[in-house]
Amino acid sequence: MRSARNPLARLSTEMDGSIDQIFVSTLHRIASLAPPAAQPLVSMLLIIAGIMVVFGSCFALTTIVERKTLGRMQNRYGPNRVGPFGFFQPIADGIKMLTKEDIVPFSADKALHFLAPLVLTVPVWLAFAVLPVGRNMAAIDLDAGILFFFAIGSASELSVFMAGWSSQNKYSLIGAMRAIAQMISYEVPLLLAAMPVLMLSGSLSLADIVQAQPPGHWFLFTPWGLAGFGMFLIAATAESNRSPFDLPEGESEIIAGYLTEYSGFKYALFFLGEYLGLFAVTGLAVTLYLGGWQAPVSFLQWFPSWAWFALKFAALILLFIWARATLPRLRLDQLLNFAWKFLVPLALLNLLVAGIWWWTGRAQFPGLLIRWLVCSAILAAAYILLGRGLKDHKLPPHRYHYAV
Amino acid sequence: MLSEFPFYALALVTLFAAIAAMTLRNLVHCALCAAAAFTGVGALYLLLDAPFVGFAQLLVYVGAVAILIIFAVLLTCAAETGPGIAFSSSWLAGVCAVALVLAGLVLPILMSPSLDRLAPPVAGAPVKDIGNQLMTIYVLPLETIGLLLTAALIGAVVIAMQDKPDAQPASDVKPPPREIADKDLCLR
Repeated sequence: MRSARNPLARLSTEMDGSIDQIFVSTLHRIASLAPPAAQPLVSMLLIIAGIMVVFGSCFALTTIVERKTLGRMQNRYGPNRVGPFGFFQPIADGIKMLTKEDIVPFSADKALHFLAPLVLTVPVWLAFAVLPVGRNMAAIDLDAGILFFFAIGSASELSVFMAGWSSQNKYSLIGAMRAIAQMISYEVPLLLAAMPVLMLSGSLSLADIVQAQPPGHWFLFTPWGLAGFGMFLIAATAESNRSPFDLPEGESEIIAGYLTEYSGFKYALFFLGEYLGLFAVTGLAVTLYLGGWQAPVSFLQWFPSWAWFALKFAALILLFIWARATLPRLRLDQLLNFAWKFLVPLALLNLLVAGIWWWTGRAQFPGLLIRWLVCSAILAAAYILLGRGLKDHKLPPHRYHYAV
Repeated sequence: MLSEFPFYALALVTLFAAIAAMTLRNLVHCALCAAAAFTGVGALYLLLDAPFVGFAQLLVYVGAVAILIIFAVLLTCAAETGPGIAFSSSWLAGVCAVALVLAGLVLPILMSPSLDRLAPPVAGAPVKDIGNQLMTIYVLPLETIGLLLTAALIGAVVIAMQDKPDAQPASDVKPPPREIADKDLCLR
């Protein structure tokens, strides 16, 4: 694709030896060892290897950190047998997963059963290509980067369906239908929540979106940005099927949902795909609202850009783990009602608020304050009113009986 | 030839997927093959330096239309066609309709004056230009399509809301609870 700017061409002009650009300059140095004709290919392969190594080890690290944190929050130790404090548990898990027997049900649709985990995992890896993880550190800088991101993500629903249907098991099929209903419902607020960012930065390119958020002016620090960030995180949790939205699984009702008939390596691939999907959407949240690799305030700019990205990324992942440990699961009807009756109207209103914010962009000091107050008031009022409207008045109030 | 290899590979995959979508016996397989064909078309757009159209194709056709088709197949519960001939008996009428639609698409393209124009030296319009044009010159068609889609959405909601409890005739006889059989779950 010619519209994708060649990363190598930009590197050579902006190369410097500082720690901020250490990965970029190292990449450039290694690539320059290759013959000139092969240099673009070599640098692309190196970038791909880098993405796979970094986010692959992120996956291993997140599983153990998640289990340890969940354990700590639930007053237990978590895994503590393999290695110091159990930190080699992912390796043991990996070996276990790879050596397990791969069971394919007799009546399953063999080809689709085999393809489903691939259809989930392969596009998710592609999504990382457009994430700017540091200054000059996006594998490809597409003009329509965010559109690419969401277009690639649409394969995951097909994968879930393929997994559920090909297993020829009612739990699998019901689980898949549930998962697809959930994913489709939450894709709407996810896209709508991302829309104000595109409106205000005037670009679909993720690099431009990061450039539009200099230190101190992250989109998070605006009323519409804060609301959008909240909605984006909620929708992202639901999209990646994480607790409190982990309804596609339910031991007592539908067993493991569309994963019921999967074992061994294929199950591990689904697991990997789910976590990578979470990473990708978290990276997008960092890029859209938290200024990507930009520092929060300008005097902290000496800190390397990729480290800022990593810090924000890790903080959001910990937030997701925290939410998983503390929030109770929703019921399916609550889940869908929440998406369609609360998130979607609020996200649509947020578009309007972002429009107001754009039109009052030239305001001076007193007007600036009024702009802040008006925009926040609209969102807060809508939040309260929609929340009231969502209350189910038909059911009697819950009464809890505690054992004394 | 080598530079055209990606085009031929993609075209071949797209065509095969489209043929499979027409001829396979299992409707779910057909729907998935159609999704593969949509993906192939999207990739062809990318090859033509039209990333915006390509991604929109993926987002709309693979992400939404394919899922819609699959839901429709599952809800009508006839995933597997029985033995015997799989082609519709009214295939002649179908061919005529397809030929008419194709003529309606191809003739205006062949007669349009834009064919005489030379391709611009830099292929592919920046997304910003597409957005600007959509919001200025083509804003009326855009809004019309938006209105049409909203009307379709409201229509779908109205149809789905039909079986309200108070809309039904007053009969206290409730249908007996049905056993859920494998057939209802569209299992083979």
